[in-house]
Amino acid sequence: MIRLENIDKVYRTDTVETVALSNINLTVEEGEFVSVMGPSGSGKSTLLNVIGLLDIPTKGRLSLNGDWINSYGDRTLAKIRNQEIGFVFQTFQLISDLNVLDNVEIPLLYRRLSNSRRRKLALEALDRVGLTSRAYHFPTQLSGGQQQRVAIARAIVGKPRILLADEPTGNLDSHMGDEIMEILSGLNRDDHSTIIMVTHDSRMAERTRRTVRLFDGRQVN
Amino acid sequence: MLRNYLKVAFKVFLRRKFFTFISLFGIALTLIVLVVAVSLWDHVFGPHPPETRADRVLTVYFINAIGPAGNHTFGPAGYAFLDRYTRPLKTPESVSLHSVFLPTVSYRNGVKIKTWLKNVDAEFWRVFEFNFLEGGPFTKEDEKNASRVAVINETTSRRFFGGASAIGKTIELDRQNFRVVGVVSDVPMLRFTSFSDAWTPISSRRSQMYKREFENGMFFSTLLAKSRADIPKIHEEFRGMLARIEYPDPKLYNKIVARPNTLLDAVSDELFMGGLKTAVLVAIVLFLCLPTINLININVSRIRERASEIGVRKAFGADSGTLVLQFVIENVLLTVIGGLLAFVGCHLVLWLINATGWIPYAHLALNLRIFLYGLILAVFFGLLSGVYPAWKMSQLHPVQALRGGEL
Repeated sequence: MIRLENIDKVYRTDTVETVALSNINLTVEEGEFVSVMGPSGSGKSTLLNVIGLLDIPTKGRLSLNGDWINSYGDRTLAKIRNQEIGFVFQTFQLISDLNVLDNVEIPLLYRRLSNSRRRKLALEALDRVGLTSRAYHFPTQLSGGQQQRVAIARAIVGKPRILLADEPTGNLDSHMGDEIMEILSGLNRDDHSTIIMVTHDSRMAERTRRTVRLFDGRQVN
Repeated sequence: MLRNYLKVAFKVFLRRKFFTFISLFGIALTLIVLVVAVSLWDHVFGPHPPETRADRVLTVYFINAIGPAGNHTFGPAGYAFLDRYTRPLKTPESVSLHSVFLPTVSYRNGVKIKTWLKNVDAEFWRVFEFNFLEGGPFTKEDEKNASRVAVINETTSRRFFGGASAIGKTIELDRQNFRVVGVVSDVPMLRFTSFSDAWTPISSRRSQMYKREFENGMFFSTLLAKSRADIPKIHEEFRGMLARIEYPDPKLYNKIVARPNTLLDAVSDELFMGGLKTAVLVAIVLFLCLPTINLININVSRIRERASEIGVRKAFGADSGTLVLQFVIENVLLTVIGGLLAFVGCHLVLWLINATGWIPYAHLALNLRIFLYGLILAVFFGLLSGVYPAWKMSQLHPVQALRGGEL
């Protein structure tokens, strides 16, 4: 489903060249739950951004569902992100000016859907994370765990086949972290969603099927 | 999608109240100034009573008399010059000589009343279309006999005679008594050519010295063309007249430069070397640029603080074009709100100008057509001011944006 071949990612400024990823080769099958671990600065988030088409690799190629997507333009990449990928961020990244329901609807705004259909799908997604009762609350009125559940609802509302979670439990206490892991595991188990999760927490990584380890931008076994 | 954009837009406007206020203030103020200026323009130059035929009425407002020693004098002409060289013109349908308006003081029951007085000939009432509320104009016969008759405006009638009819009553103007023969609607002071409180025959002046004034005087000559097509012919005929001038004292002045003009052309020629309309257009565009630059500035800083929202939207499928559209919609919304505020503001400012009597007898009205043009222009500039920041925003890398990165 996801295939990375000889991926390098180098950040260049006028004076400094930073190698974030070097020669990454990775295949993730449909329905897998993979965790990515490594110390800070090892390239975990960069890897997730490359897979999520938010960042372009300096070298190498990437395929999603059998399509090599390296040469796609902004519009096509945006469409693929919208249809195929859902993101969960460590800092939730909810828009504070919008209520929970409007936040969850965001991915659907970029699809041709009626208002009522969007609303219905958003409420269904909120139901899956147990937050229907908070639909008209604003993010600042929710706890960290609830905010992350809203973020998960937003990630799954468009029924993407891939979920990319960047330290989804990083800002939560262990109890809330467990709740979030439970939801992610359920999505993987019940919907066969392919999940790649960056984490520092080996306890969380143990709950995934496979762990990819990075060190200084390189894959290590 | 639009509802979501509008929701965010309103929230952002409310969150940054000061920026929103500055933006709205800039837009509204620009539109108000524009509309009030156009209203004043229309009041001065537009075809309104009694100058309803403004397109075919030409006036010799000022002449430039030049002497052999390089000396010159500029100002309204003397009666003698205009009587000799404009009254005999054959192309115009009618030629009227009339003085500038001058203040005169009268006393009524011991109360001092300041009145503007203008001396006019009988043709004046043919050239200009006054709205007579009572009586009528004085006649050629009155002019010939130097009759002490006067036409007054409704405010003067009220001040001197209360609510009673003024016709046949006596009014003191310039230390002479005049019999009122007509009452007309008030003419705004900005109607520079025809304005006054009272109009009396030129021949009724206390002194007849005016008949000898040639270069320096206080008279205008207004020519009513039969049609617009006749205007070049009038210019031609007047040029011929100027070539045949017999100067009373050629050692003092031996050349006169003058031209019958509409008021607009006269102002344009004298103050803007003929480019008044261009100057006004350039001023309008520059004026509209002010809120545009202001909006661009505000938008750029607003985008900076919304970087993570941009990142989220990009991550979930918004392409650059969609984000540009979102920001442009926000800007247009802001501009439209500013336009609505301006609409109310315009009414208020015009009402204030009318109510305070700052411009005597002015009745400025909101020109809806001009307001709509102004609003369209403001929306256009709103679009422009949204596109640049939106373009900057579209350059934002999603990963950087999610980190709340700088543009």
